Amino acid sequence: MSTDSLWYHLPPPSTVVPTPPAEAPRAPVALSIDGREVEVAAGDTVLDACRTAGASVPTLCYLETLTPVNACRLCVVEQEGARVLVPACSRKAEPGMKIQTASPRVRTARKVVLELLASSVDLSTAGELTPLLEEYGAAPGRFGAGAATVAQPVKDDNDLYVRDYGKCVLCYKCVEACGTDAQHTFAIAVAGRGFQAHISTELDVPLPDSACVYCGNCIAVCPTGALMAKPEFLLRQAEQWAPERQAVTDTICPYCGVGCTLTVHVQDQQIVKVTSPIDNGTTRGHLCVKGRFGFEYVHSEPER
Amino acid sequence: MDLHIVGAEANTDERAAVDAALGAPVTGWDGGTHVATRDGRSARGGREASARRDLLLPALHAVQDRVGHISHGALNYICRRLSVPPAEAWGVVTFYHLLSTHPAPPLVVHVCDDIACRARGADGLCRDLEAAWGPPLTHGGHRADPEAHRGAGEAGARRGWMRSPCLGHCEQAPAALALGAGADGVREEWAPVGGAAGIVARAEALERHAGAAPLDEAGRLAALCAVAPQAGSPSLRILRRVGVVDPERLDAYRASGGYVALARALDMGPASVVAEVVASKLMGRGGAAFPTGRKWEAVAREPARPRYVVCNADESEPGTFKDRVLLEGDPFAIVEAMTICGFATGAEYGYVYIRGEYPMAEARMAGAIVAARAAGLLGPDVMGRGVRFDLEIRRGAGAYICGEETALFNSIEGKRGEPRSKPPFPSQVGLFGQPTVVNNVETLANIPDIVREGGDAWAGIGTPGSTGPKLFCVSGHVARPGVYEVPFGQTLGEVLALAGGVPDGRRLQAILLGGAAGVFVGPEALDMPLTFEGARAASATLGSGVVLVFDDTADLPDMLRRIAQFFRDESCGQCVPCRVGTVRQEELLARLAAGGGDRPAAFELLNELGQAMRDASICGLGQTASSAIETAFARLDLHGFGAPR
Repeated sequence: MSTDSLWYHLPPPSTVVPTPPAEAPRAPVALSIDGREVEVAAGDTVLDACRTAGASVPTLCYLETLTPVNACRLCVVEQEGARVLVPACSRKAEPGMKIQTASPRVRTARKVVLELLASSVDLSTAGELTPLLEEYGAAPGRFGAGAATVAQPVKDDNDLYVRDYGKCVLCYKCVEACGTDAQHTFAIAVAGRGFQAHISTELDVPLPDSACVYCGNCIAVCPTGALMAKPEFLLRQAEQWAPERQAVTDTICPYCGVGCTLTVHVQDQQIVKVTSPIDNGTTRGHLCVKGRFGFEYVHSEPER
Repeated sequence: MDLHIVGAEANTDERAAVDAALGAPVTGWDGGTHVATRDGRSARGGREASARRDLLLPALHAVQDRVGHISHGALNYICRRLSVPPAEAWGVVTFYHLLSTHPAPPLVVHVCDDIACRARGADGLCRDLEAAWGPPLTHGGHRADPEAHRGAGEAGARRGWMRSPCLGHCEQAPAALALGAGADGVREEWAPVGGAAGIVARAEALERHAGAAPLDEAGRLAALCAVAPQAGSPSLRILRRVGVVDPERLDAYRASGGYVALARALDMGPASVVAEVVASKLMGRGGAAFPTGRKWEAVAREPARPRYVVCNADESEPGTFKDRVLLEGDPFAIVEAMTICGFATGAEYGYVYIRGEYPMAEARMAGAIVAARAAGLLGPDVMGRGVRFDLEIRRGAGAYICGEETALFNSIEGKRGEPRSKPPFPSQVGLFGQPTVVNNVETLANIPDIVREGGDAWAGIGTPGSTGPKLFCVSGHVARPGVYEVPFGQTLGEVLALAGGVPDGRRLQAILLGGAAGVFVGPEALDMPLTFEGARAASATLGSGVVLVFDDTADLPDMLRRIAQFFRDESCGQCVPCRVGTVRQEELLARLAAGGGDRPAAFELLNELGQAMRDASICGLGQTASSAIETAFARLDLHGFGAPR
């Protein structure tokens, strides 16, 4: 049979381990941040350069795992020769840029942005903004008691999380996490225009009627606590929420073979929250409904 | 994408309207009848459907025109047809003010109460109309007042009205736009409206199906002459055909020198055409005054294909109407200019984005495109020279921000009209992510002359820093409001004199240059040359060419508050400085008008707010939202506006 020339024989397997094609070396980009020369990789942003230079630049709508939308304008810096300030989070670093991260124009813009936010949005659970308000001397009261706000009733329409859009700064992070940056579910989007712009399902239908799959990735990226898991919400209502009393333990999700890293937050012998580290190569901070909310069984003694 | 579409189904009317815009559905997966043997085993067509996302706005328009509002069922059907998530489509619907989210009366009259109409009594007209028809409808999607939806409680009424930002008929103020729903729904511009009584009479005539008859050629030309008072003057270039040559006849256009430039361009070759435009030093006429040649050059240089040509006809700057006059009065010139641009930059397709408030301009352009295509002047073989170029019209839906070029791209692509961050610029990453030339209507109107005469010769018109002719939209308190063409270099006073100056017995109080995003100047600025460099030297701007005149009867503080309200209404809401800043600016003006509180603190706050909006907003809207107000306080006598009472 082996002499039959009509038979096709597979070639012997190659012993050479394939290597990826060599990438052309990219020239580093040299620019100046507050007078300090720094070099960053081509494609890096001005924000990357600022962090390399050790200059602190506040951010709100920026997250490493999401596409920058540069909507909050907190990260603006002054570029020499540019007519307006530039958003550090999305602007690519260019050779020879001269950036000022704390000039009077920059500080005024940031201060006013903080005042506009604090005068229109309930920031009581937006922990990362509180020190900034102080640092920039923001006085939101300047706009008077009658200043319009986005205050509205809490949306509590499902068992897993609540949406308190009176705390929403419209950073677009939840929309991105629900959409192309993580979940690809597209249950929520920005609706309305101007000051009436808000996060909404279609026709503002309750979450259970929408495309939502309850992965909770929107909660994970929300910077102000506008989106909050039910246990945390209830504990906060009862004034029992105490992060300082919580033990935080990393473990592996028991549900499927992916093996996502879970960070379990335990308060008074009860799991109160599950997150995932944002720098985890598998999850990038995102989980599914089971990993994030499927911990109730741990507490149900009889079935255990 | 796993679409999750639940709830209401579209009714027959809604389906018919959508199918008329998109064609009939192919399978059960894109909204058609489910056939188990065909659709039961596999889903096909999702990629093709979502690739047509740019038809979202046309489909929404189709439903709005037929039914008067976008119901949940209609939204679901459109989403199925185009494979768009309903939440995203809802975000698009609620973005545009000409799309209604709630049942509305079959006829809605949008009454302009913006600055130019206000200077001519629009506010009183609105009060009279309220007495006749009841309170105005409001837009949906207002979170602050969930009950205040457009049309809510009015569904049974035969007609309704609402206040509108500038409708672009400032020369015949006050103006209104009538939008009817139904298979024969009207879309008519009413200017001048002849008071509330005029509106009521016209609405009743429509209900009796006794609306105005279509104009004949003489009527068309007469209507244009009323808007362009210089019509017929031999000195005119951009306006040379307006009011003289029938805008609905291609043969008339060709007999008056049309398509000579395109033939010449095809002989010259693309690189030479770009070189002539560069040599002409033509600057964009939309407001930003960017060198047109540099845009064309940049796109021609890009390696990526396809490339696109976009004509920005979303003219919405309060006080501006020149582009409307060109589209209505000389539509073939715009088609020819876009064809030249496509040839020169290697683009084979173009879009004309016309604001939804301009049905007449849209109809004339649509007619011109059909006629040009039939004559082989558009299509796969332009003028028999093997050049491919075609055009289509996209209708805006009531959003000033879509005049910003990147917001306009998003709007065409079926997304919310939110501006993108620049860089990258449109010449690299524009419409559908491809290299794109985007030019204003008036800018394009200059192209045939430049090609015919040569860039250097054309650059001899005007001044060395501001070449060519320029249109100015003169309105407000002048004897003969209208669009006026002058070579660059005339002074503000000379342009004002062309329009007959302020009416006899009145005194000039202030002039708004460049529209709501422009600046106020006082009577002392009459000697200022209306050139880019002259305006810059006087810390002013020409913007889109608005010269809005206020005499001593005008209530300027009221105008300032209307401008603040305009920016609050038109902010897209994307970035914080503009979304909240425009609201705070309006509140501060209200506080000053009430005369209470700490006045110096309020002014300090206004200035700081203005600086932050100018420095930190994403796009030109936020960056200029404080400009008119700040210059008014700095330069005008506001008769103690904001002083403690």
